[in-house]
Amino acid sequence: MAKKLHDTPNLDQLESGPWPSFVTGLKHLAKDKDSMVDLLGQLEESYKTKKGYWKGGTVGVFGYGGGVIPRFTELKNADGTPKFKDAAEFHTLRIMPPAGMHYDTATLRQFCDIWEKHGSGLIAFHGQSGDIMFQGATTDNVQKAFDDINEMGFDMGGAGPAVRTSMSCVGAARCEQSCYDEASAHRAVLNTFLDDIHRPSLPYKFKFKFSGCPNDCMNAIQRSDMAVIGTWRDNIRTDEVLAKKWFAKHGMDELVNDIVARCPTKTFQVKEIGKIKKGEHISSVAVSDTHAIEINNQDCVRCMHCINVMTGALAPGKDKGATILMGGKSHLKIGGLMGTVVIPFIKLETEEDREKLIDFGQRAIDFFAENALEHERTGEMIERIGLANFLGAMELDVDPAMVNSPRMNPYVRTDGWDAEVAKINAKKQVA
Amino acid sequence: MNQAVQAAAPAQKRKPKETGVPDNKKYLHPMLAKNYGNWKYHDRPRPGVLHHVSHTGDEVWTVRAGTQRQMDIFTIRKLCDIADQFADGRVRFTIRSNIEYIVADEKKVAPLIAELEKSGFPVGGTGNSITMIAHTQGWLHCDIPGTDASGAVKALMDELYDEFRREEMPNRVHLSTSCCEINCGGQADLAIIIQHTKPPVINHDLVANVCERPSVVARCPVAAIRPAMVNGKPSLEIDESKCMCCGACYPPCPPMQINDPENSKLAIWVGGKNSNARGKPTFMKMVASGLPNNPPRWPEVSEVVKRILTVYKEDGRPWERIADWIDRIGWPRFFEKTGLPFTKYLIDDWRGSRYNLNASAHIRF
Repeated sequence: MAKKLHDTPNLDQLESGPWPSFVTGLKHLAKDKDSMVDLLGQLEESYKTKKGYWKGGTVGVFGYGGGVIPRFTELKNADGTPKFKDAAEFHTLRIMPPAGMHYDTATLRQFCDIWEKHGSGLIAFHGQSGDIMFQGATTDNVQKAFDDINEMGFDMGGAGPAVRTSMSCVGAARCEQSCYDEASAHRAVLNTFLDDIHRPSLPYKFKFKFSGCPNDCMNAIQRSDMAVIGTWRDNIRTDEVLAKKWFAKHGMDELVNDIVARCPTKTFQVKEIGKIKKGEHISSVAVSDTHAIEINNQDCVRCMHCINVMTGALAPGKDKGATILMGGKSHLKIGGLMGTVVIPFIKLETEEDREKLIDFGQRAIDFFAENALEHERTGEMIERIGLANFLGAMELDVDPAMVNSPRMNPYVRTDGWDAEVAKINAKKQVA
Repeated sequence: MNQAVQAAAPAQKRKPKETGVPDNKKYLHPMLAKNYGNWKYHDRPRPGVLHHVSHTGDEVWTVRAGTQRQMDIFTIRKLCDIADQFADGRVRFTIRSNIEYIVADEKKVAPLIAELEKSGFPVGGTGNSITMIAHTQGWLHCDIPGTDASGAVKALMDELYDEFRREEMPNRVHLSTSCCEINCGGQADLAIIIQHTKPPVINHDLVANVCERPSVVARCPVAAIRPAMVNGKPSLEIDESKCMCCGACYPPCPPMQINDPENSKLAIWVGGKNSNARGKPTFMKMVASGLPNNPPRWPEVSEVVKRILTVYKEDGRPWERIADWIDRIGWPRFFEKTGLPFTKYLIDDWRGSRYNLNASAHIRF
């Protein structure tokens, strides 16, 4: 039995209503935990005053330089003692989940037991960084909790100027749109950079994210320094049985208005069966006895829309791999940036393929470590030095797939033009 | 005192096992492991349920349920009990903190749904529903929050509960909240983000001891901060005519307090889209600000969010995300239909902003 609850008239109002209430959960924990009684007390104070009361600090585990988010209360009495002493230290451990966030219940129950013993009993699945967040340990208990979690085969995630915990979609485990083995790539890449995850020493954070197709369920283009987005090079595959089944249910209006009209390059057409073109780059499938779909794959940008609408009837091709984009980040400091294409296509089927991805990641991180300014993300660095310079350093060939359009101003010194053309021609001859 | 204890104790420190990301194979539902990389298509028999069919003919049903994300161990154990009873002891979580149960027997779907809903976990969040809000830590655990996250999410999801359990929107709706302008909640169809309106209030007694002044100066996006001597102490000062109140200086220098109980407001952003489907991914745009930070239920924010979503639900065509919908109807009509005021603060003046202006005669009347 824990001590008596503080009055929490504001938080109490978050116990009503149909959505699961975290306040009810906190109160359940507070039956046994004084720390949770005081956590509720401090949170209620925040709701009253509209102020936050945590400050950071330096707390870690032996052998690692990051991964713990320290929180010390700043809500003090006049004599400097904490107003809510049992929540005066309320640190979080960031722990890396398995790729795709799959668990068995034995593992989850063991997490619960460890956190009941050493922590507050509050766990988030998952934080915005993709970590399991074990929230609410005292400084003394951080190491004990980590030791137990680490013995289970789970390791600390990233924090601060480090390679960060990554996320990958459900992917090949349960999604027909998957274009590479997301979990294998995620694990192979991240586990190469454990030193950079656990011992923060980069200019700023560096995030990888892995999405199995251009639907980008992991928000990789917007939120990661290196986005690995599944795609394919050959033709969209078709299945006549499923195409006819879809059409029988949805009809011509939906086919035209929801797919033809929404194809971003207008390469998706509906025609009378007799008028369908044949050719190396054409995908076509009958949807009825009279009409068929025709897609010229050379004009297709792999946006996924038609495949999303007619799942199974249409599917990504077989020559699969990934597009790599770099430089995505949120507002600070120069404004939000999306990742931009640096490798239009890379195969990711074998260990050897994944080694190439890892090698690229390694070179990008090394360059970032040496060339970025303090607190500068890769997107800002690339903006500062120019994409062409970054590609040069990465020994990547320039490609028109990397731009929306060629430059719209003459402000560039082009006296190296002939030499560049000669280099491109020489490469073409070798290829 | 800690150091003294450590010095006295024998140096028996456990070295971490640097094992990294664990292999997920042993956590996969057996049917997912068996059909790994071999799925053919899926459909959605009802809201909250995905039905996947593999090339071998194997089928699985996934039942998705909402959680509070910030979970107590009793809630987690309850979710585990349900997994043990129905789903071979396996679960997974989505990026939006929904839990998923996978069953290989269609007959288990209905009783699983019944058990989840009886236990207080709404089943939904699939397809063209309004799904769970991606959110941050807020007053519960962040060191720089302007507001709370879990409470705002709980309040809003109570209001959007029915839309989570239905699939009646034009397309999926992703929501996020962020407790400061750093925007850890990320891009979304609709986002709620703190917007500070006053420059930081500096405690000059503390700056010299707490802040590394050159790096604070370097953090400012508009170069409004400079070193200064104040009351005989080295400190920092702000050119308030330049400051746009972003709060970037506050994390590296807590004595530059940016959070203000009255003047830190909430803004609403719309039209972020992470998918490449149809158009390229888009960042969201600010469409409302000045909403009061009003715990515990932030009713003024809920009102605007629901107003936008109601108009979108009525006016959006099938498969139009909020960004696609606004592309079709145009911004003037968006502000007209939602009744939101278009103020001068919504005209972008940050770098690259001229590309956000209308350089054409394309105007809808």
